[in-house]
Amino acid sequence: MSELNTIAARVRSGDRLALARLITDIENGGGDYQHILDLLYPDTGSAHIIGVTGAPGSGKSTLVNCLARELKQGKSERAAKIGIIAVDPSSPFTGGALLGDRVRMQFHANDPEIFIRSMASRGALGGIANATDNVAMAMDAAGYDPILIETVGAGQSEVEIASLAHTTIVVEAPGLGDDVQAAKAGLLEIADILVVNKAEKPAAETTAAVLMRMLTLGEEVKGKRMGLNWQVPLVKTSAIDCGGVDELAAHIRAHYQFLHQSGAWDKCDLMRLSKRVNHLLRESLFADWQNQLDQQSYNDLMVQVMHHQISPHQAVQKLLNR
Amino acid sequence: MTKKIRVLIAKPGLDGHDRGAKVIARALRDAGMEVIYTGLRQTPEMISAAALQEDVDAVGLSILSGAHMTLVPRVIDLLKENGQDDVMVFVGGIIPAEDVEKLKAKGVRAVFGPGTATAEVIDALWEAAA
Repeated sequence: MSELNTIAARVRSGDRLALARLITDIENGGGDYQHILDLLYPDTGSAHIIGVTGAPGSGKSTLVNCLARELKQGKSERAAKIGIIAVDPSSPFTGGALLGDRVRMQFHANDPEIFIRSMASRGALGGIANATDNVAMAMDAAGYDPILIETVGAGQSEVEIASLAHTTIVVEAPGLGDDVQAAKAGLLEIADILVVNKAEKPAAETTAAVLMRMLTLGEEVKGKRMGLNWQVPLVKTSAIDCGGVDELAAHIRAHYQFLHQSGAWDKCDLMRLSKRVNHLLRESLFADWQNQLDQQSYNDLMVQVMHHQISPHQAVQKLLNR
Repeated sequence: MTKKIRVLIAKPGLDGHDRGAKVIARALRDAGMEVIYTGLRQTPEMISAAALQEDVDAVGLSILSGAHMTLVPRVIDLLKENGQDDVMVFVGGIIPAEDVEKLKAKGVRAVFGPGTATAEVIDALWEAAA
């Protein structure tokens, strides 16, 4: 137990190697990471978690690079340590991954107050990895605030980030679709702030206009469901030279204020934490059940399912003695 | 617990030839490893900072500029300073034969010259991780 306390203390005190190794254990399910997180949990909860999502190649990494610098400059009263988690996809065939987001994050390569961690999605399909929320928690305990999470290149339904982040930024690039695309449910709906990046391209005006019409057409469903009245702003950025990123940072700060003043921060946390508790509960119940499982009767039932004698649903009923 | 081999592939110094680095990065990815690629013109400080944050098992340095005797030992020293003594360092690129032994004496595990089969690099990493 004392060894775990030592690791937790090192993470809390800002030891970067201790944090990096804890993150590896979280990702691998190794060490005694769950108990270390138990120890760190009381020190977490204050970091502003900002999600950045959007299509592959829309400029998320470049934007995060600019954004981290901008947010750091604007922070005087709070500590200026910024955490970045950049998720890229794992191969469904080999499990390997090429994590290339750091290439675009060169402003901070030597900055001791910015911690960038690349994560492979490891089979998760929601746009982030299963361990991403625990990694954010570890960074929070180490004093990083805000924490920027860049998702894998997202299509239309990788919306998991919305249940993890306090503020979700959806990045669109010019030329990817018309007004019907803009009206579809999913990714665009989860935005607290909508960004049209690559604003230097001629088609950006059209894309911004289409999205603006989409925003004014319907009511803001996400906020309304939580009883809130947040107007989703649309920001044009040109991440290649960090153009418009000051305005984006201002909207992020405004959203942070809004979350605290409206009580949405707590609602957001309640949603996220109950999701985590439910997830752990499911895992733990399943593991318990698996431990007392009679493998022989399971195999027998599987043979019957294979021969189409009983349905998968009936097999489960039998396994649970119902 | 599922352990993944994590490798940082970096190009220190000023040469802009990253084809080799990208071929290796891709081969390691296809071998099931998680490869962090940092791009061109990295200083040893940038490379060691990335290796620390990413908690990698190995660092691969691709150098074709001739500056390997300056850059590689510096990276190794910084890794050690950061407490990452156990990270395997390997080098690829144009390295004269007489420098290979010198680099190994400094702590480089393997040097891969032109014409190396990617399988050889993969095997070396599996072996180091075992």
